[in-house]
Amino acid sequence: MIRVAGIHKSFGKVRAVRGVSFDAPDGKITGLLGPNGAGKSTTLRVLYTVLKPDAGSAVIDGVDVVSEALSARRRIGALPHGSGLYPHLTARENIAYFARLCGLDKAEVNDRVDEMIRLLEIEDFADRRTKGFSQGQRTKVSLARALVHDPQNVLLDEPSNGLDVMATRSLRRLILKLKDSGRCILFSSHVMQEVAALCDNICIIANGQVAIDDSIDGIRRRTGCDDLEDAFVHAIRMVADE
Amino acid sequence: MRTIFIVFVKEIIDNLRDRRTLGTALIMGPIFGPVLFAFVINLSLERSLEDAERPLELPVIGGELAPNLVSYLRSQNIDTVAGPDDRAAALDAVKTGEHDVVLIIPVTFGEQLANSVPATIELVSDQADTDADRIARRTHRALQSYNRELAALRVFARGVNPAVLRPLNIDEVDVSTPSGRSAMLLGMMSYFFIFATLMGGMYLAIDATAGERERGSLEPLLSLPVTRDQLILGKIGATCIFMALSLALSLLSFHVALKFMPLEQLGMTPNFGPGVVFAAFLLFAPFILLGAAVMTLVASFTKSYREAQTWLSVVLIAPTMPILIVSLLTLRPKTEFMFVPSLSQHLLLVDMVKNEPVNNLHVTISVASTLFFGALLTWICARLYRREGLLG
Repeated sequence: MIRVAGIHKSFGKVRAVRGVSFDAPDGKITGLLGPNGAGKSTTLRVLYTVLKPDAGSAVIDGVDVVSEALSARRRIGALPHGSGLYPHLTARENIAYFARLCGLDKAEVNDRVDEMIRLLEIEDFADRRTKGFSQGQRTKVSLARALVHDPQNVLLDEPSNGLDVMATRSLRRLILKLKDSGRCILFSSHVMQEVAALCDNICIIANGQVAIDDSIDGIRRRTGCDDLEDAFVHAIRMVADE
Repeated sequence: MRTIFIVFVKEIIDNLRDRRTLGTALIMGPIFGPVLFAFVINLSLERSLEDAERPLELPVIGGELAPNLVSYLRSQNIDTVAGPDDRAAALDAVKTGEHDVVLIIPVTFGEQLANSVPATIELVSDQADTDADRIARRTHRALQSYNRELAALRVFARGVNPAVLRPLNIDEVDVSTPSGRSAMLLGMMSYFFIFATLMGGMYLAIDATAGERERGSLEPLLSLPVTRDQLILGKIGATCIFMALSLALSLLSFHVALKFMPLEQLGMTPNFGPGVVFAAFLLFAPFILLGAAVMTLVASFTKSYREAQTWLSVVLIAPTMPILIVSLLTLRPKTEFMFVPSLSQHLLLVDMVKNEPVNNLHVTISVASTLFFGALLTWICARLYRREGLLG
């Protein structure tokens, strides 16, 4: 359960996020949709505590991300944009390193790593060094690494970037599986169809502000557009016109 | 503590598999020093042999006018050959570097000598040229002693004891031991050890910030439930291990290499046995933490791996500065020098190699101050690792 309330974040003169608020409940998939540079990544970075908001607050399972950052990090699994692996370690070692850092003991580490390797279907290359992995292989390993400690809240920043059709479909299946097990999933994308196919709730962000935050049907109704793409464009214009 | 250890172990394994890191830590640093050193030793050996033994060919104008002088020079291992045609040609030849030195004996030489008037001879050389200057000085020394010999003969012929011409008898007593003579050249060693130490950890230090960032592994790492202090301490720890390994190998390779260098011929017997090697390792060990922290700190400010490499090559030179200044001014070890890292290690190592007693207070100050600076910079590193700008 993630609750974001009016967060602001500036980098010098650039006001990247200007009062973003939304809720991402457990057992639901929430999409952060918006054009490039809208402030999606900055919002997610505040949530996985590598950035501190200038104003506003964000709470994960009731834990404040600023005052109790360490405790908040324990409740999340994050896949930052463009996540990289350690090229001299095998896929399995990459995943196990994060599992250990999350505080799992030795037996747990082995069990969980095996489970993630099975879940993400990376058995074939699990014991190869990750140097030279394809984008799809890298994303799968990064995802396994982010989920290895079985976090309640999953934050994914543009997870389907650079994935082929098959990989995208298996990613989608995984996200739905996490949802069915009652996890809170928040993921960002600039691809409208992808968000529409998965999300229960969509939060459209443009210019660092929330343009609209509703279910797919709600967005159709409020923008008066039947076609989701038109609705997306319409919502972004609403913010730009302000 | 457990988290620091997890990071530490991962960094060690990761870097042991990296050929570049391994190459610089285990091969580059330890090999570079002894090879360069052997080169310098051989060069100076060749020169000193040249000075003492090799006959010198001296172009002379008007050699036939002074047969006694010529035969005296030959007895001093200086062979005369026919020089340029005249004085102008001689000046030209020296200026263009065709000859290093030319001796000119004017036609008036014989007459002046016979009349007991100071007989003028000219020695043409280019004093700005160090190589030619050595030859000119050698010739000058030979001419001076011929001069003294003639003077002695003259006063003897007049019934005076030639000893009156020598009111002073200067006897030079050299107290430097063979180990002491080697100290100057072996002082170079301390820099090689510092260089090898820094090289050993360079890539790990870059990796801690710029490398992780460039690879995109920094953000996932920072989103884990561990503190950034734990991460940076684990990384600095692993950097220190590689630096220690590189230092140890560098000391050992010097220990072996010195056995094969013809140092006795230069009058040197450096004391670099197993005991000194071990003591030197302990002496330089505090510098490892300082070096690791400095390199990590510098790398954390850079935007990319490449930029970090550029800046760190500046860091590699920095520790030579105090050593260089003290060597140029030939300052004796003083207590206040012991507060300066790299310089204190250098001065203490020179004492050890010279086989001189090492001042315990100096060792204590050197270790304490280097450890203090190392701890301070590690703390600053950890502070900086917490800032948002780390993500670039």
